[in-house]
Amino acid sequence: MIKVQGLVKRFGGVAVLDGIDLAIEQGEIIVVIGPSGTGKSTLLRCLNFLERPDAGHLTIGDLEVDVTRASRADMLEARRRTAFVFQNYALFANKTALGNIAEGLIVVNRWPKQKAHARAREILERIGLTDKADAYPASLSGGQQQRVGIGRAMAAQAEVILFDEPTSSLDPEWVEEVLALMKQLAHERQTMLVVTHEMGFARDVADRVIFMEGGRIVEQGPPSRLFGDPQDPRTRDFLRKVLANQVSLEST
Amino acid sequence: MMSVLDFDYMLGLVPVLLRYLPLTLQMAAVGMALALVLACGLAVIRVLRIPGLNAATLLFISFFRGTPLLVQLFLFYYGLPQLLAFLTQINGITATIMGLTLHFSAYMAESIRAAIVGVDRSQTEAALSIGMTNGQLMRRIVLPQATRVAVPTLMNYFIDMIKATSLAFTLGVTELMGATQKEAAGSFLYFEAFITVAVFYWVIVELLAWCQRRLETRLNEAYRR
Ligand SMILES: Nc1ncnc2c1ncn2[C@@H]1O[C@H](COP(=O)(O)OP(=O)(O)OP(=O)(O)O)[C@@H](O)[C@H]1O
Ligand SMILES: [Mg+2]
Repeated sequence: MIKVQGLVKRFGGVAVLDGIDLAIEQGEIIVVIGPSGTGKSTLLRCLNFLERPDAGHLTIGDLEVDVTRASRADMLEARRRTAFVFQNYALFANKTALGNIAEGLIVVNRWPKQKAHARAREILERIGLTDKADAYPASLSGGQQQRVGIGRAMAAQAEVILFDEPTSSLDPEWVEEVLALMKQLAHERQTMLVVTHEMGFARDVADRVIFMEGGRIVEQGPPSRLFGDPQDPRTRDFLRKVLANQVSLEST
Repeated sequence: MMSVLDFDYMLGLVPVLLRYLPLTLQMAAVGMALALVLACGLAVIRVLRIPGLNAATLLFISFFRGTPLLVQLFLFYYGLPQLLAFLTQINGITATIMGLTLHFSAYMAESIRAAIVGVDRSQTEAALSIGMTNGQLMRRIVLPQATRVAVPTLMNYFIDMIKATSLAFTLGVTELMGATQKEAAGSFLYFEAFITVAVFYWVIVELLAWCQRRLETRLNEAYRR
């Protein structure tokens, strides 16, 4: 169970997150949508303390922090309880696929190398990359790299995996395999908070869709309602543009 | 016409000089090892901008890059014992190693820093996102990759350092250059003596340059399987 209360983040006086309240149940799959520059990435980065929020209260499992008073230990703990999947994969270039997945277990959880590698092999099997265990990121396709990125997040056994546009940097041919892996995780009820422009994924997989604009949550609900009967004119406006775009993409 | 060069003398000099080669190489090796450790520390201070230490590091780098190595060596050999009474006499070899270490660490710190900063920032975020500390991030992710970038430059500094050990003779150390100087003073065959020692340095440097090229090829193959 994750709870965000009154989360505020300012960049140079501008409130990029302007009081976000959000509760995520265990096993819930939430998709966040919204126009560019709305603070979607910033929200995820604040949950992971990659950005230091300016105000708010954060509960992750039994960890509770007032973000303005978070100590280094609190931040480390919050990071260990949340895993991040990056738009550009951000794999460790000096580690193999296996090494990327095992790294956190060895360094952060202090598992013996053998045990960490055994777990990493299990994860490689689940992400369908057993044969790439010894491959370095530079020799993997974008889709394979992102699957390793997801594998690295899976290894962390975090309360929630935060996905920031995981398919946006991919060549179109690799998008499907990454979405399929995410669907598999959703099926296993892995708690996920996903920022994406893949409306199909949101519609098919999400328990709840959140529409953000201007640093606030404008509207949220199950995908059938948010897509089928959006209440706020800003949501309708955004969906019209995005769906028109996707249709024109599909028809070309 | 008389022979210009006394080749027999030069050949005879080779075994004599070979006896002093180990000292030259030892000073360079120890100096390089110490300089590497120091430079890594300085570079990390610069990258993390550790308050206070950062300013001190900048001053250190500026001084040791801004003054001649020979001046620094004299400062350590002649100056330090006057300043610090317990160092009644500092050994010329120690002073040389100290000077080489500090002088070259200043240069090396900057190239290591550049290599560290060059590591893709998103990997830093990825490491932090799984809960690594700054130290773990440096040791496990950033420094190994920075090494690969920095090694060719650092090899160049090592080559420079080997040549710079010749300055030790001004502190009374009988290494390669000091030995040559003595031989030449005895035989008056200055040209023969100094061209012989020049070839010594040249061969060492060429051997190292060959190692450097091989190392670079190997490093460029890494992370590509
Ligand atoms: N480190 C930063 N320094 C200053 N401004 C920033 C920083 N990071 C983000 N911003 C600003 O905060 C706003 C929100 O950015 P954010 O990346 O969270 O938006 P987003 O909703 O993820 O957009 P996109 O869909 O384009 O990824 C933007 O105006 C951006 O320019
Ligand atoms: Mg974003």
